[in-house]
Amino acid sequence: MFKLRYAQLEEIYGWLFVTPWLFGFLAFIVGPMLVSVYLAFTNWDILTPAQMVGFDNFVKLTTGDPLVGQALKVTTIYAGVSIPLQVVLGLILALLLNEKIKAMSFVRTVFYLPSVVAGVAVALLWRWIFSPDFGLLNAGLDLVGIDGPAWLADSRTALSALILMSLWGVGGGMLIVLAGLQGVPTTLYEAAEVDGANSWVRFWNVTLPMISPVILFQTVMGIIGALQVFTEAYVMTEGGPKYATLFYMLYLYQNAFEFLKMGYASALAWVLFAYILLLTLLVLRFSAAWVYYEGVSTKAGQ
Amino acid sequence: MDTTTRLVTQPTTSVGWRTNRRVQYALKMTMVYLCLATGGFFVSVPFAWMLSTSLKTLGQTFIFPPIWIPVPLQWVNYVKVFEVLPFMRYFINTVYVSGLSVAGILFASSLAGFAFARLRWRGSTVLFVVVLSTMMLPPQVTMIPKFILFRILEWIDTYKPLIVPSLFGTGFQIFLFRQFFSTIPREIDEAARMDGCGFVGTYARIILPLSGPAIITGFLFAFRYNWNEFLEPLIYLNTHSKFTLALGLRLFQGEFTTNWPLLMAASTIAMLPVLLTFYFGQRYFIQGVVISGVKG
Repeated sequence: MFKLRYAQLEEIYGWLFVTPWLFGFLAFIVGPMLVSVYLAFTNWDILTPAQMVGFDNFVKLTTGDPLVGQALKVTTIYAGVSIPLQVVLGLILALLLNEKIKAMSFVRTVFYLPSVVAGVAVALLWRWIFSPDFGLLNAGLDLVGIDGPAWLADSRTALSALILMSLWGVGGGMLIVLAGLQGVPTTLYEAAEVDGANSWVRFWNVTLPMISPVILFQTVMGIIGALQVFTEAYVMTEGGPKYATLFYMLYLYQNAFEFLKMGYASALAWVLFAYILLLTLLVLRFSAAWVYYEGVSTKAGQ
Repeated sequence: MDTTTRLVTQPTTSVGWRTNRRVQYALKMTMVYLCLATGGFFVSVPFAWMLSTSLKTLGQTFIFPPIWIPVPLQWVNYVKVFEVLPFMRYFINTVYVSGLSVAGILFASSLAGFAFARLRWRGSTVLFVVVLSTMMLPPQVTMIPKFILFRILEWIDTYKPLIVPSLFGTGFQIFLFRQFFSTIPREIDEAARMDGCGFVGTYARIILPLSGPAIITGFLFAFRYNWNEFLEPLIYLNTHSKFTLALGLRLFQGEFTTNWPLLMAASTIAMLPVLLTFYFGQRYFIQGVVISGVKG
């Protein structure tokens, strides 16, 4: 038997330790992605053999199916309103919590717990809150003399209701920003104060640049999450009323598992992927102007 | 010293300046507390509403304006939940599926994290970039082919599609473990090697026991995701007795459209495990947030 050098052994074990992940990666990510590309160019209902149809799915998707446009519109409005609100509210909350307040960990818990619950239970709770006649929201509005709308039952307010609901999870973003704030060196603030900067100037010129990478991270993750919203739409509104909450993911699911259009749904999935990529790249591109990386000039930062 | 001199020379202005400063601070802190209290009220009131509704009779939910503390409290709702539908079954199913998934994710991810953080091997840098990029990949792209694969394997209506892919770890968790493992001093590995400890031994007997916080953090993230997962069980499970909580809750909604007390009692029970683990594991969760969101 020959003896392996330590470095060679290390090499072998390195690969050995990542083997489980590598197998899963090939079997459940790479393989399915390749199949998905193929499926996007077919017409397939699972029951009969798939037929190659070339670019038909993509042509239909862009020109022959107004619901795709509606789904993209709904999802984009949701992301476009909910994410900025979450970022701003999360930032404000984090700034408030970063003051020397009493019972800090209690207050933090209060804001953070709603952000950890998710899924069907939360969707049901909010359906009840939005109940037009006996729900919490309209009861609260009634207290201040406002006759509340029908929320989820009205196509004009359904999407706004879901955006409002998403703000309940603002504590998640708050935690990230708070962690970022606590990482800002106090010497920077002291230096700014010596230079005579008031608290507003300190916020704009010290705090904001220092936590801008955190905000960028939050925005990118927000986009990825918002474009994949499914449970809320499926459980609370089923896409209605009048397609007002037809989230893209819901429409994709319906095509695949209700209409059994596997080929068309695969094409839809790739369009969503491309859209997420496009938005993320746009944000990253745009971020070069406002995100500050320590030790890197802004130009090189992207 | 400096202040005293100033106090002596210009008493009025200095005292005025200091009180002014103190009043300003008090004013600011009042604003801070006021905002936090208002915000805190709005984020907690849905929980209070859920709890309150879960303790009402059906009739009491149709009173307007709503009552907050029903008399008597209908604790019986929490028993009824288990009688009208096999809710205990759903609960056990969810514990089973998410338990196995989480265990698999933690094991496989910590193995890979160890390789990326502690071992030197060719290709590790490239492969780690691949790991990171899988975090960005939306699962929709693989959803349909995965369904077809599991259909060919005749795994539909079993728990395998929900558990097996987890056994190979996830990109996010590998990233998390790698970051944690990198903070452990390298000298420990060297010492273990001198004592004749192999790579497996270093992982199992040296690094893992030192990584309690990492494991708890990983557990919290994985547990929350798997406990709440809705789309995959929806696609793969058909038989009612195999349903997870997420699917079972929907049955409640279907069968008792207006029975909000039972629905809210069921929702409370479904949320409780995540709320409790996150309440007690808060410190570790925040650590995880710092690692993934701030340092990353």
